[in-house]
Amino acid sequence: MFDSLDPAEWTAIWLSLRVSLVATIGALPLGLLAAFLLARGRFPGRSLLDGLVHLPLVMPPVVTGYLLLLAFGRKGPVGIFLERAFGIVLAFRWTGAALAAGIMGLPLMVRAMRLSLEAVDRRLEAAAATLGGNVAVVLLTITLPLMLPGILAGMVLCFARALGEFGATITFVGNIPGVTQTIPTAIYTDIQVPGGDPAALRLTVIAVVLAFAALLASDALARRVGGRMLGS
Amino acid sequence: MTLSVDARKSFGGFALDAKFTSSGRLTALFGPSGGGKTTLVNLIAGLERPDGGRIAVDDAVVFDRHAAIDLPTHRRRVGYVFQDGRLFPHLTVRGNLLYGRRLTPRHERWGSLDRIVAMLGIGSLLRRRPASLSGGEKQRVAIGRALLASPRLLLMDEPLAALDQARKEEIIPYVERLRDEMRLPIVYVSHAIEEVARLADTIVLVAGGRVIATGSVNDILARADLRRHTGQAEASVVLLTRVVGHDPGAGVTVVEHSAGRLTLPLLADAAGAIVRLRLRARDIALAVGDPGRLSIRNLLAATVVEIAAAAPPFVEVRLDIAGDPLVASITRDAARALELRPGLPVTALIKSSALDRFSFGHGAVPATE
Repeated sequence: MFDSLDPAEWTAIWLSLRVSLVATIGALPLGLLAAFLLARGRFPGRSLLDGLVHLPLVMPPVVTGYLLLLAFGRKGPVGIFLERAFGIVLAFRWTGAALAAGIMGLPLMVRAMRLSLEAVDRRLEAAAATLGGNVAVVLLTITLPLMLPGILAGMVLCFARALGEFGATITFVGNIPGVTQTIPTAIYTDIQVPGGDPAALRLTVIAVVLAFAALLASDALARRVGGRMLGS
Repeated sequence: MTLSVDARKSFGGFALDAKFTSSGRLTALFGPSGGGKTTLVNLIAGLERPDGGRIAVDDAVVFDRHAAIDLPTHRRRVGYVFQDGRLFPHLTVRGNLLYGRRLTPRHERWGSLDRIVAMLGIGSLLRRRPASLSGGEKQRVAIGRALLASPRLLLMDEPLAALDQARKEEIIPYVERLRDEMRLPIVYVSHAIEEVARLADTIVLVAGGRVIATGSVNDILARADLRRHTGQAEASVVLLTRVVGHDPGAGVTVVEHSAGRLTLPLLADAAGAIVRLRLRARDIALAVGDPGRLSIRNLLAATVVEIAAAAPPFVEVRLDIAGDPLVASITRDAARALELRPGLPVTALIKSSALDRFSFGHGAVPATE
């Protein structure tokens, strides 16, 4: 089956993986920060932040994509700034696809991380402080390791969501073969043309396999991390 | 070491206003649950912040409201053994033990992993995870972890409360060794009088958010006006005695006090070892003149110091036995019939069966000033 994939399809697959990976890695620090602020922070505007993070989950993806285009497009305020200051262009580039995918995956990532952070026993952090650990040491040696299963789960969810991103991506960066065409948008193109069904089916199988692999990998990782703590 | 605490804190309708100083090797914060003991040690450790006051370990001030000093917990070098152990689940026993040590500057370290592991008997556990340890093992590891951070003061918050009696008996000797061998001052929170009587040299009685009294174990346990807090049936004194010898055939150990010898159930301590003995007032009878033939083998020569009122029909007779205090609880009728009065020589009689294994502690504890 794999030898029947044509070069354009391979490109779409690699692009999807690259976009999803970059989206996940880029979302990680933001997701962690948001999870900490939401789980532990006591500041005015916390509900606002909560809403903002979750917005992409409840808004039509097309709306998210259009807002991204308005802000990050070549004529949008952020887009103009990024292009002038750093020479970075996001609209209709694969980097823009990664941005869209990251923003769509962020709510799921934050959710998983926040839950795992809330489950961390703060009394363990207090114990670490009595042993001489300052805030940074306690964070790195106690809090983050204890929430590791949640971090992994959040990353997998974000990756899977990014892999399947369609609406925001196609609105923000279009569907340019070899540039911004990912697996979902390629499937969309294939089913638009007569006789494209076999190609769509091939990509569909690839998408299912990738999603499954991500789930199994996260499961195995979580089991290893969890098993360690149960003493095995 | 002198720990001086003067701390105020109010929260949720509870007001803590506690002030005490202690130079004891093992200072027990003793009192009923909900009296503020745990809050007090949390204030010392810096896990909670006082509203006002001053806390100092020797000349190291860790909190002073007026001087605006509030050392963060990780810089106080105050070890803490929690009631629930709080071992880190993602680290091995070894990782737990070394956690604080790695964070302690080299020149401030004392003790070594090998020595502390040997002292606590946890050498075989080093590669295990906390989840696979028994309750007693967890507490031993928790003690070792706190010690290896080289603290200048060790706080123990009801470290035995979550353990059954057998596990308690397993841990107590280690606490005694800490007190006697490590020369590390300990603040020990407990609501169990028998633990306190066995381990402490100084008692700080805490109830209702206040320090009711501070003093040596004998001062506090013998005071009739504190009975409300220490327990009516618990009037007692702690005597230091020395092991004279054993008679395994008869199943007894003989210990010596300047006022006489006592026969105890067989102990493991070597001859010459110091045994702390808790004698409860209700287990002591008095005789004037020759008591005649008796089944009771434990006779101590005593002098009446004072006859204090107690809940009827009893009175508490305070005695002096070769310089140490002793309290006997007898009926008012008996006191009258014996014509007890201060200065009268009497014989204190103690049944061996009153000296059960919960009455003993081991190792020397000097009297507090």
